Amino acid sequence: MDSSQLLGITTFTYLFSTLLYVAIFVFKAERLEKAATAFTVIALLIQTAGIALRWVESYQMGIGHAPLTNMYESVVFFAWTIIALYLIIEWKFKTRMIGAFAVPFAFLAMAYASFSTDISKSISPLVPALQSNWLIAHVVTCFIGYAAFAVAAGLGAMYLLKDKSGNNSLLERLPPLKVIDDITHKTMVFGFIWLSAGIITGAVWANSAWGTYWSWDPKETWSLITWFIYALTLHARYTRGWDGTRIAWLALIGFISVIFTYYGVNFLLSGLHSYGSN
Amino acid sequence: MNNRSQVWKFFSSVQLAIFTLSAISLTSIIGTIVPQDRSFAFYVEEYGEVTARFFQVLDIPDMYTSWWFLTLLGLLSANLIVCSIDRFPLAWKQVTLDQTSLSKDRLEKMAYTHVIRNASSTLATTLENALKKGGWKIAKKETKDGVITAAQKYGWSRTGVYIVHASILVIFAGAIVGHFFGFKGSVLIPETKDTDKVYASKTQAPLALGFTVRCDKFDIEFYDNGMPKEYTSRLTVLENGKEVLVKDIEVNHPLQYRGMTFYQSSYEGYRDFLITLTSTTDKSTKTFIAPFQQQIKWEGKDITMGIVNAEALRDRVVRMKVWIKSSQNQPITIMVDPQKPYSLEENGLPYTVSVKQMYATGLQVAKDPGVVLVYIGCFLMMVGLYIAFFMSHRRIWILTSTGESTDLLIAGTTNKNKLGFEKTFTELLQSITNTNG
Ligand code: HEM
Repeated sequence: MDSSQLLGITTFTYLFSTLLYVAIFVFKAERLEKAATAFTVIALLIQTAGIALRWVESYQMGIGHAPLTNMYESVVFFAWTIIALYLIIEWKFKTRMIGAFAVPFAFLAMAYASFSTDISKSISPLVPALQSNWLIAHVVTCFIGYAAFAVAAGLGAMYLLKDKSGNNSLLERLPPLKVIDDITHKTMVFGFIWLSAGIITGAVWANSAWGTYWSWDPKETWSLITWFIYALTLHARYTRGWDGTRIAWLALIGFISVIFTYYGVNFLLSGLHSYGSN
Repeated sequence: MNNRSQVWKFFSSVQLAIFTLSAISLTSIIGTIVPQDRSFAFYVEEYGEVTARFFQVLDIPDMYTSWWFLTLLGLLSANLIVCSIDRFPLAWKQVTLDQTSLSKDRLEKMAYTHVIRNASSTLATTLENALKKGGWKIAKKETKDGVITAAQKYGWSRTGVYIVHASILVIFAGAIVGHFFGFKGSVLIPETKDTDKVYASKTQAPLALGFTVRCDKFDIEFYDNGMPKEYTSRLTVLENGKEVLVKDIEVNHPLQYRGMTFYQSSYEGYRDFLITLTSTTDKSTKTFIAPFQQQIKWEGKDITMGIVNAEALRDRVVRMKVWIKSSQNQPITIMVDPQKPYSLEENGLPYTVSVKQMYATGLQVAKDPGVVLVYIGCFLMMVGLYIAFFMSHRRIWILTSTGESTDLLIAGTTNKNKLGFEKTFTELLQSITNTNG
C-alpha cells in the first residue's frame, strides 16, 4: 500500500460521506446519522495515514520534506482540514445537517487533486527557496484558514437556502437561521485568525529568503484582498449590525476570493508562487 | 454641529473604514492583472499606445506606490487613528468603572440573574471566596439596597480591538521606516573577487556598503534528477582590508552584517576555471583564474598551467582536463572531478591541484531597519486578535440584602462569548447550591 493508493481511496470515501450526509438531510435517514459520522472519522484517519505515508516515502526517496509543498499536497491538506473542522463543528454544535454543505468541499478538493491533469502528484525535491520551516508554517496556517472559509461558505449557502424557502419541510430540519448565522460567524472569525497568521508567516518566510517581507506579488495581493473582505465582514457585523442574508453572501464572496487566491492566481496570473502550478 | 466635529465624525466612522477597505481591495486587483514595473514600451506593445499613456497618467505600472494608492493607505491610517482616539476613552472607562455603584434595578435587568432567598449568612462570603480563588477582582460597597460585591475578570480584554488596530499602524510605520532608511540592491560577485558597492534594485545606482565583501567560493548541489538542491556561497567581510567575518550563506540562511543582509539569490556560470595549487613543501596555496584553453603562470614558482578540455552536463562542467608543466618536468595532463584535490607528486611535482568551474554568486542585499517594527506589529496583531475574539470582560455582582432574611441577588454579564460565561455562571451557582443544601 502506498500513499497515492490511500489518498485515492480517500477521494471515494469522502464521496460516500457526502452521500450519507445528503441522505440524512434529504431523506430524513436518521438511522444513518451515527454511521455517517463514524464513516467520516474513518475516512479522515485513512487520509491522515495517506499523508503520513507520503511524508515517510519522501524520506525513503532521500528528499524528505513535509507533504505540504506543491499544489497537489496543499489541496489534499485542504480537504483534510475541512473534514477535521467539520467534525469539530458537528461535535460542538450537535447537528449533522451541516455535513451535506461542508463535506462536499472536501470531496471536490480530493477529486480535483486526484483527477485533474493540471497538477502533478509526484513527490518532488524542493528547490532551495522552499527549504524552510516557515514554508510549512505558512502552508499549514493558510490552509486551516481556507478550510474554515470553505465551511463558512457552505453554511452561508445553507442560510440562503433556508431563508429563501422558509416553509419547505425539507429545510425545516436545518438548524434555525439564528444558529446558522452564529456558526457562520464563528467559523469566519476562526478562519480570519488563521489567515492572518498565514499572511504573517508568509511575510517572515519571504523576508528570510529574499529580504522583502512584502512585494505585492499577485498571490500576496490576493491573500490581502481576501483578508480585507473578511475584515470588512467582521466590521459590518460588529459595528453596523449586519447579520443573516448579508453575512451569508459575504461568506460566499469571501470564499470566491479564497478560491481565486489559491487556484486562480496559480493558473491565470504569474508570480513568485508559481511553484504551485506544477 | 460645527465643521470640526463633522470632519472628526467622518474620519472616525466605520462607513469610511468599509469604503477604504473596499477601495483598497478592488484597486489592488489591477496590479495583479497588469504586470508591474515594466518599461513603457512593454505596455504599448501589450495594451496599445492610448491605454499605455492612460496607465502612465494613473501610475498603474507602479500602482502600489502611486500617490492615489498611498492616499488610500493614508486614509485607512487616519481612520484607524481617529476612530481609536474617539472610542478608546469609552472602552477604558468600562475597564476602570466602579462596578459597585449599580442599583438593584440595573442588576435585575442583567443577562444572567439568580435569586436566593433565606440564604445562610455565610453564603455571600463563600461565593466571594470562590470567585477570588478563580482570579476575579473583587470590590465591595454598602449601598441603600444592601452590600454589593462586584467581581470582574479580563477587563483589559476590551483593549484587544485597539491592539489590533494599533498593530496595523505599527506595520505601516515599519514599512515607512524601511522606505526612507533602507534600500534593496543586488550584486554579482565572481569567485575570488570582492566588492564594496551594490546596485539599487530599481535604478541600478551604485550604493556604497562602507565595507568590502568577497566571494571566496560558490557551490551548487544537485538532486539526482538534476534539480538544484542548494546554492552556497562562502562570503568574507573585510574592513579596511582586514578579514572580520567569514560565513557560508544559503537560500533562507543569509549573512547579516552592520544592519545589512546578504541573501543568496542567483548565480552565473563562466567559461573560466579556478585552479588551486597547494605546495606540499611550504604549504603555500594559490588560486588562479584560468580562461578555457589559456596558459597561466605562477610567477616565481616556475609553473604553467591551463584547462585544455571540459565535459559539461547542460551548463554545468562535470569533468575537466588540466595541463601542468614546470621547466624540469614533462607536461602533465590529468582528468579531474570538480573540487577534488589531486596529488602531483607521482609526476614529480610537489603540489596538489584542485579545479572547479568558475561562478559568480548573485546576492540580494537589503537594509531594512523597519523590519523590526513590522514584526512587532505582526506579533501585536496576533495577540490582539486572540484577545479580541476569545477573551471577554466578565462581571458578576452579588447583592446581599438583609431584612427579615438574607436574600442574595446574583447577576452577571459579559461583552462576548455568552456561552462560555453561561457555563461559568451556572457552575458558580451549582457550587453553592451544593454547599447550601
Ligand atoms: C484591515 C484593517 C482592520 C482590521 C484587521 C480590524 C480588525 C478588527 C477586529 C479584529 C475587531 C474586533 C471585533 C470584536 O471582536 O470586537 C475590530 C473592531 C472594530 N473596528 Fe476594526 N479593523 C480594521 C480596520 C478598522 C478601521 C479602519 C476602523 C475605522 C473606523 C475600524 C473600526 C472598528 C470598530 C469601531 C470596531 C468595534 C470596536 C468595538 O467593539 O468596540 N477598524 N476591528
